[in-house]
Amino acid sequence: MTQSRLLSVLVDNKPGVLQRVASMIRRRGFNIDSLSVGPTDDDTISRMTITVHVGRQQAEQATKQLAKLIDVITIDDITGLRNVAHELVLIRMQAPPGERTELLNLVGIFRGRIVDVAASSVIIEVTGSAEKIDNFIELMRPYGIKELARSGVVALVRGDQARIRLMDFAIDGDEPQTEPARLQGVAGDTTGTV
Amino acid sequence: MLTGAQVALESLIREGVDTIFGYPGGANLWLYRYLPDYPALHHVLVRHEQGGAHAADGYARSKRGSVGVVFATSGPGALNLVTGLATAYMDSVPVVAITGQVPSTAIGTDSFQESDVIGSTMSVVKHSYLITRAEDIAPTIKEAFHIARTGRPGPVLIDFPKDLQAAVTAFNYPDAPVRRRSYPAPPRPDPAKLRHIAELIKGAKRPVILAGRGVLIARAEEELAELAHQAHIPVGWTLLGTGAFPVTDPLALQMVGFMGAGYTNKAVCEADVLIMVGMRCDDRVTTRLDSFAPRVEHLVHIDIDPAEIGKNVIPHVSVVADAKVALRELNLLVEPKREHQWLTQVDQWKEEHPVRFTTHTGLLQPQQVLEAMYARCEDEAIVLADVGQNQIWAALWFNYSKPGLFLNSGGTGTMGYAFPASMGAKLANPGKTVFCVTGEGGFVMNMQEMATMVENNIDVNVIILNNSSLGMVRQFQDDFYDGVRSAVDLTFTPDFVKLGDAFGMKAMSTDRLEDVGRLLDEAMAHKGPVLLNFNIDPNANVYPIVPLGMGMLDFVEAS
Repeated sequence: MTQSRLLSVLVDNKPGVLQRVASMIRRRGFNIDSLSVGPTDDDTISRMTITVHVGRQQAEQATKQLAKLIDVITIDDITGLRNVAHELVLIRMQAPPGERTELLNLVGIFRGRIVDVAASSVIIEVTGSAEKIDNFIELMRPYGIKELARSGVVALVRGDQARIRLMDFAIDGDEPQTEPARLQGVAGDTTGTV
Repeated sequence: MLTGAQVALESLIREGVDTIFGYPGGANLWLYRYLPDYPALHHVLVRHEQGGAHAADGYARSKRGSVGVVFATSGPGALNLVTGLATAYMDSVPVVAITGQVPSTAIGTDSFQESDVIGSTMSVVKHSYLITRAEDIAPTIKEAFHIARTGRPGPVLIDFPKDLQAAVTAFNYPDAPVRRRSYPAPPRPDPAKLRHIAELIKGAKRPVILAGRGVLIARAEEELAELAHQAHIPVGWTLLGTGAFPVTDPLALQMVGFMGAGYTNKAVCEADVLIMVGMRCDDRVTTRLDSFAPRVEHLVHIDIDPAEIGKNVIPHVSVVADAKVALRELNLLVEPKREHQWLTQVDQWKEEHPVRFTTHTGLLQPQQVLEAMYARCEDEAIVLADVGQNQIWAALWFNYSKPGLFLNSGGTGTMGYAFPASMGAKLANPGKTVFCVTGEGGFVMNMQEMATMVENNIDVNVIILNNSSLGMVRQFQDDFYDGVRSAVDLTFTPDFVKLGDAFGMKAMSTDRLEDVGRLLDEAMAHKGPVLLNFNIDPNANVYPIVPLGMGMLDFVEAS
């Protein structure tokens, strides 16, 4: 049985890393649903958030193969953990002046924002879970979507939950790491849930 | 201050390199400009980059702990390395390839002989680097060698733009050991798991060990023997694990799987505790997956690569660690024992299913050639096999009692591997007899290296088992593809004696059993490369064999 799995990957911020990761996932026969990459607070490290649609054993194989890449620092399968997994969507809506009020109401319910206004169109920005974004897009459809861009999921685990660490390696001569790594994050953060 | 090329060559010396296989071209000419200034680096000019990659592989495999080095120029030169890198990657062989690249300012402009070498080789190397600054050259080379030879070894590629080869920079070879947060050392074996395994061994009624190439890479053959002898466990091996356990040991089984010995397959299928060490458990080992070790109650898998655990076969107990460390620590916990009934059963299977061949055609059989070779060198020769029937014959018909003496492309199955790889093996082991066992098909795939062999007087005995066809394919077509022989006839193969003559290489040929010994004696007495062509029974087949799609116990033996 396949399901969506959410992988949070820290990688060395080096040229070609994205290609290595994407190429490994493709080579092992997995499909990427979404992949986002960006810097972290440490400028030598980037975080990739990858959603793959696979079975559990396949997911384990995918994470192990990814962990083998020299540029991959840690890889956590955070599926099923309490996490904040958000996407951002920008939608250019057809919005002649007379029809804007209704749109604005919906944007308000979804805690979205209007980020651009033109004579006959607006750009709406909404963030939240993939499901919330899907719902919002469905609601917008009847009003006439002109253009749409989604960012892909970025995610962090909530609170101090232990991550599923597949690769707890000891550094030369050191004892193996037995304490599970701790995560940063604010417990109880519910931003974006609808 | 030195040029980038000089820094690279100095760095190679610091890494203990003494031999480089390579081919010059426009984008690596600065390396070649300075190479003669470093007599400690013996450069062997191969005649095709693929030959260079295989030679570096053969060098590294045959001299454990060393790293093979190959140079190639940009574009076509680098792309010709791909098959050789893939071969090294699948079999975990430490190789460092240094490819010339067009000047960094020209990258991306489709300039002459430019290709995306990093992209083209990404899936067949352990890691790769594009050098972008002259000051990175020495640290990159140091890290590349570290990554190639540690953990699960593998090939590493360094793409080296021409302008940076010429750039002037200070040479400071890093003293500190390489530490990368994203490349930690292999973990120590988990003591609790080792205790569990020791308990399983204690309770086992029908234990079997299977050893793979990981045992040889870790140099764990003594620890393996100790474990087997302590608890009297029969030991089988994979094709690439050949030599990890002495064939002559009373506890020895033989190769397992698709073309393994019948008695090994029977033992694996009856085992209640199966301990797999340093192996990938690929389809050539398991045959049809559901037929593999069906009665096993406790499957133990020890491997340094966590991705191999559960990839094909899901173990009950797994240990991610270096095989030598894991076995050494396990041995401290294993108590002496002996399951008499099981060992008697295994011995009975050995009698019932000996690895044998038939000679009723009166034609020369490949096994007779291998037996004659073995009689002349016993355990002292390094044997390289190509791919196909010759590979399996060489694996089964030579009694490897010492580790690291049988080299072949087991994972990728690269035809044309053995001949160039044997150059590397001989240069790495000048005191050892080296046999290259190949077929007439695989030999011609890299026969241009005859020139390299002769030029450098590399003393390899090349044994062509010539059946005028692509034998393994022919055997498959006969047995599994409706008997239709299609595109396998190699009657149009060069006259190898004349070919040898053309290259200045001593060459002899026979199809008679009574000549085999004399030719081998002559070849071994000759100082320099010799080509021996043996025209064998064109219908000789590999046995035992599990028919395609069938299970481990469905092996067919020689009639």
